[in-house]
Amino acid sequence: MDTPFAITLGVGTSRANHTGSWRVERPVYVDRLPPCNNACPAGENIQGWLYEAESGNYEAAWRTLVEENPLPAIMGRVCFHPCETACNRVQVDEAVGINAVERFLGDLAIEKGWRLPASGPDTGKRILVVGAGPAGLSATYHLRRLGHHVRLVDSAERLGGMMRYGIPAYRLPRATLDAEIDRIVAMNVEVVLNHVVHDIEEERVAGNFDAVFLAVGAQLGKRVNIPAGDSSKVIDAVTFLHQVAHDDPPLLGRRVVVYGGGDTAFDAARTARRLGATDAVIVYRRNRERMGASGEEVEQALGEGVSVRWLSTVNRFEGEHIVLEKMRLNDEGFPEPTGEFEELDADALVLALGQDTDLSLLEHANDVTVHDGAVSVLPSMMAGASGIFAGGDAVLADRTATVAVGHGKRAAHGIDDFVMGREPTEKQRHELATFDRLNTWYYADAPRTRRPELERIRRQTNFEEVIGGLSEENALFEARRCLSCGNCFECDNCFGVCPDNAVIKLGAGERYEFDYDFCKGCGICVKECPCGAIEMVPERI
Amino acid sequence: MTRQPVHFYQVGSFAVGNRLLSSDDRTVQSQRERTNSIDSGHRACQGCGEALGARYALDAAMRATNGHVVAVNATGCLEVFSTPYPETSWRIPWLHSLFGNAPAVATGVAAALRVKGKSDVRVVAQAGDGGTVDIGFGALSGMFERNDDVLFICYDNEGYMNTGVQRSAATPPAARTATTDAVGPEPGNVFGTGKDLPRIAMAHDIPYVATATVADLHDLERKVERAMEIRGARYLHVLVPCPLGWGSASNDTIHIARLAKESGLFPVFEAENGTVTSVSTIRRRVPVEQYLSLQRRYGHLFGKSPRPDIVARIQAIADNNIARYGLVDDATESMEVNT
Repeated sequence: MDTPFAITLGVGTSRANHTGSWRVERPVYVDRLPPCNNACPAGENIQGWLYEAESGNYEAAWRTLVEENPLPAIMGRVCFHPCETACNRVQVDEAVGINAVERFLGDLAIEKGWRLPASGPDTGKRILVVGAGPAGLSATYHLRRLGHHVRLVDSAERLGGMMRYGIPAYRLPRATLDAEIDRIVAMNVEVVLNHVVHDIEEERVAGNFDAVFLAVGAQLGKRVNIPAGDSSKVIDAVTFLHQVAHDDPPLLGRRVVVYGGGDTAFDAARTARRLGATDAVIVYRRNRERMGASGEEVEQALGEGVSVRWLSTVNRFEGEHIVLEKMRLNDEGFPEPTGEFEELDADALVLALGQDTDLSLLEHANDVTVHDGAVSVLPSMMAGASGIFAGGDAVLADRTATVAVGHGKRAAHGIDDFVMGREPTEKQRHELATFDRLNTWYYADAPRTRRPELERIRRQTNFEEVIGGLSEENALFEARRCLSCGNCFECDNCFGVCPDNAVIKLGAGERYEFDYDFCKGCGICVKECPCGAIEMVPERI
Repeated sequence: MTRQPVHFYQVGSFAVGNRLLSSDDRTVQSQRERTNSIDSGHRACQGCGEALGARYALDAAMRATNGHVVAVNATGCLEVFSTPYPETSWRIPWLHSLFGNAPAVATGVAAALRVKGKSDVRVVAQAGDGGTVDIGFGALSGMFERNDDVLFICYDNEGYMNTGVQRSAATPPAARTATTDAVGPEPGNVFGTGKDLPRIAMAHDIPYVATATVADLHDLERKVERAMEIRGARYLHVLVPCPLGWGSASNDTIHIARLAKESGLFPVFEAENGTVTSVSTIRRRVPVEQYLSLQRRYGHLFGKSPRPDIVARIQAIADNNIARYGLVDDATESMEVNT
């Protein structure tokens, strides 16, 4: 060997020394389920679309969003966003304003005229969807994408179900509703309006359908027997809101009492205010902590001058007075009557005590079980082995538009499995990206952006939208507050903190790879990963 | 020079990189093109802070000089684990002579380059705390005094780790080492007056003195870059936790360096011509206990017979640093327990 004096070996690189053999544990990249995605009743990939929105690629963000939910502009207004309650950022400063960004994307899509993805290749299968509310529309969209023919029938003269006839326009402007519904109808959907289905079996055989999705909602306002004088005006909230939506509002007078504590009660009270009621009083038998309505809606209603009588029930309605009985909560938290009464001036009483489903159309569907006024379903939303599926308010679940959208999607996939003769498959879910897996040092402090609210005074008299949208700048800021829990966002931390250069950066969008020839298994990358997307697993020796 | 904290985005503002940043704004370490001055296959322990600090500093120096760097190394861990004959991990020109003479060798290299007219080739000398504060101290002081054109970087892991964790003049009070056993009424290293080399360097009135840790890469790279803009003697003191000598978990290296800074025990600042020009303020202040309790070299202060009196004396050192350098903004005054 030709080496200098006293040198016996040629110089070589230390890369000959494979230090990976020291390792007893190895880091591996993982994708964990972000808590927002986990909480979304519609099964949206929220972290996924926020990731696209962060880089200002709003169309890609919207496309990721509508993979799961075709109604983002509607959801961005009426959804009670359980995602934000679950958001890990709550423990840093405040939850990411997911709902506001969703609305921004939804509105932008309408403005830009982005189309939903194309329908799938025709399968020749025919599906009947009964009810064109959020569940029916969502199922229709997903069934069309899977290539099935859809006939969408509804008893009303327009599509939308409770989104049109239940949710007031100040929460959901009709132009927005129409735009998102039209986009689904444009996917070659056979729409039949003003059509009441009396017998599901008969309808199914007549139309030669391979499966049916039942999404008839809960349209019947529950009535209780309240002694009332002949001249006393009593109406249920569903009918009231329906008439208002029809531009045919009933005359309720100046003093309106709403009985109930759910979202519908607050919708009714706020609508009454807008129709000119000077007093809109909600009577509820429990206290605020035990109320069903969302905190946000309560705040807004109180801000508009709606008042609430907690721990009270309506005993009787006499002429111009309603007699209330005071309640108290017992040790189990249930309200009990106290025997104390008080009077409340009232011109009308609106009953918002819950809704029932009209399931008479199922009379001849022998394989469908109805329990407590709700259709019993399997996880695939199948209600009967003959191919009847059900979802939305007609089944036992939280009665929100978002839950209904989720049902529609799940039912569409269940129907697809059924008509194509496949076993239903449950998707494997990733492990949850809990807060303790994050390294929050790496996130700057950034409080959330508030959506502008209309001046209270203007809101009380008209049906203009109450909550405004985000500007582009704010939407971008808000999207960038996302911590990307459990999913790599390419911050280069693992690549930078490895003392052994054992992380290979694959380039934009491609993430990273470990070089196990040299990784000593120190675990710094795991500890310093901001979003918890790496874990150590024991080496098999 | 004003220091702007990295607040580019709400996602990962303090991380090594960010996919949303333009490449000019990214750290050297976030780039695939970085030099990797010290390559894979070196024999440093798992989670070695010094290997990390050396790559951070030298890669930044390489970018700042368009790749024209000669490195001189004192004896120590860094030299031993990177060059077991005949292998080398160095991907830059690199020179090792003796334990104590790195500053003098670097001075010689700088003089040789000057004679050859290669003013674009810059010299970086590096050593551990032993080679800096003890064995190489005389040569280093001379290098400062002559204002030779060398950036001297000390990777401070607070002891002679390579030879078996013996005490150095940079070992902190109460720390247990092989030569300062945790016995007697004052266990571990003595509470001496300390040998604070950044301040000694400042006393030489050299153009640039700075401290940094491996926990704040943006800050460290910026300081190296600043140092390379200046001619003359410059000194950078980088805290590099040592899992072996400190008895800490190998994955805690960066976390512990961060706690050293956030507790106030290790002040991060820079000084020009003998005057402090900027300090890195504490973002989430923590009591020293959080820093100490992760390290077995302080294990005798906790556990069955805890020594809160000694912890309090160490807290006093941190408080003194905070007062001396103004490390706490009024806004961050509240002591947070979360890190």
